[in-house]
Amino acid sequence: MSTTDFVVHNPVEDLLRQDRVPTIWCPGCGIGTTVNSFAHALLGQDIDLSKTAIVSGIGCSGRVSGYMNLDSFHTTHGRAIPFATGLKLANPELTVIVYSGDGDLTSIGGNHLIHAARRNIDLMVVCVNNMIYAMTGGQAAATTPGSSMSTTTPYGAFEPELNMPQLVDAAGACFVARWTSFHVMQLERTMAKALKKKGLRFIEILSPCPTYFQRKNNLGDALTAMVDYKKRSKIKHGCHTWETALEPGGDIIVGEFVDREREDYLTRMRRQLGSHYSEFPEQTEEEISEGACSEC
Amino acid sequence: MPKGSVAITTERCKGCGFCVEFCPTHGLELSSAFNAKGYHPPHMISAEKCSGCNLCGMYCPDFAIFGYKYPANKAKGEAA
Ligand SMILES: Cc1ncc(C[n+]2csc(CCOP(=O)(O)OP(=O)(O)O)c2C)c(N)n1
Ligand code: SF4
Ligand code: SF4
Ligand code: SF4
Ligand SMILES: [Mg+2]
Repeated sequence: MSTTDFVVHNPVEDLLRQDRVPTIWCPGCGIGTTVNSFAHALLGQDIDLSKTAIVSGIGCSGRVSGYMNLDSFHTTHGRAIPFATGLKLANPELTVIVYSGDGDLTSIGGNHLIHAARRNIDLMVVCVNNMIYAMTGGQAAATTPGSSMSTTTPYGAFEPELNMPQLVDAAGACFVARWTSFHVMQLERTMAKALKKKGLRFIEILSPCPTYFQRKNNLGDALTAMVDYKKRSKIKHGCHTWETALEPGGDIIVGEFVDREREDYLTRMRRQLGSHYSEFPEQTEEEISEGACSEC
Repeated sequence: MPKGSVAITTERCKGCGFCVEFCPTHGLELSSAFNAKGYHPPHMISAEKCSGCNLCGMYCPDFAIFGYKYPANKAKGEAA
């Protein structure tokens, strides 16, 4: 290889906290792959990164916020959306991204997801779906597909699994998409589009967990899972979200399913409250001097 | 003259093989050498075919490899 006389630099590095890499993720864990698409999507926009915040819950996927060189917050399990909601309402000029796992966002945090979609609050929610509670040892989640083996389903799961796109679509999200960690370029484009949209944007990413999901189900290693995603995925942009249910071994329907305009929470709130609402309420001189409001 | 090349941080690699599998020019292979953690990092087997497309970089979950294109004038032999 000839020597290079120009600067060779991976732009993704600029968005990583260098002191935290290498990551704790297992070899072949797909979470890191999704971070590449996310970093490229962020860098390709004229978004002010100093006004961009990322919020995660707990889990392997929840580690993403800690690795990104953005304002980040690692909340308690299942509570990334409530924290992000408060952040956005208190500081509406921020671009707020929630990046977390299937267990965190749809199992313990499922109720928050429903209401964030109902409110159409201006957040981009990225859900890494490895179909399991990975960090805690591979227990079945609401997303574990029928008859799969997990630590808590030694005879195979029998609960029907959740279809995330259908859930958030029904609740009112303005943008709903699904890709897998195999679809790196499509995912980057979808994330770039979602970053620019107003309202609740939801992106599900199927991702291999070779340590628990793949191993417990004799599905081979991470590379086998990636090749399997490539084979089984069918791109169906705009398809009805009731068609996107995941069946073990069946087609994986991917694409951008919902992209609609719907008034977001803050706009609605400002319109309804009219002059009763001000972003930064003025404090009286007394309050300023006492450092507390008159109610305290 | 290849259009691009890759930079590999071998010590970050965890040997998953994503870069090898999804390189469109099949220019990479996991080497038989070990890194300090005991994984086999990739190396180029046909550098002349590399387009610098960076698909390897997009797939690498450990930020251990990325592709880059040579500047246009470099390809013509007039390095900037
Ligand atoms: C309130 C609370 N309950 C349970 C836990 C234990 N816990 C930590 S991570 C996790 C599962 C995370 O699963 P998921 O969101 O799918 O992330 P993954 O690790 O699969 O990426 C659980 C149950 C916790 N930390 N806090
Ligand atoms: S346990 Fe699974 S999800 Fe967690 S880092 Fe390992 S492979 Fe990834
Ligand atoms: S830059 Fe593209 S062609 Fe070159 S090794 Fe990487 S994936 Fe292959
Ligand atoms: S994709 Fe990254 S971690 Fe995996 S083998 Fe290639 S360089 Fe190593
Ligand atoms: Mg999970």
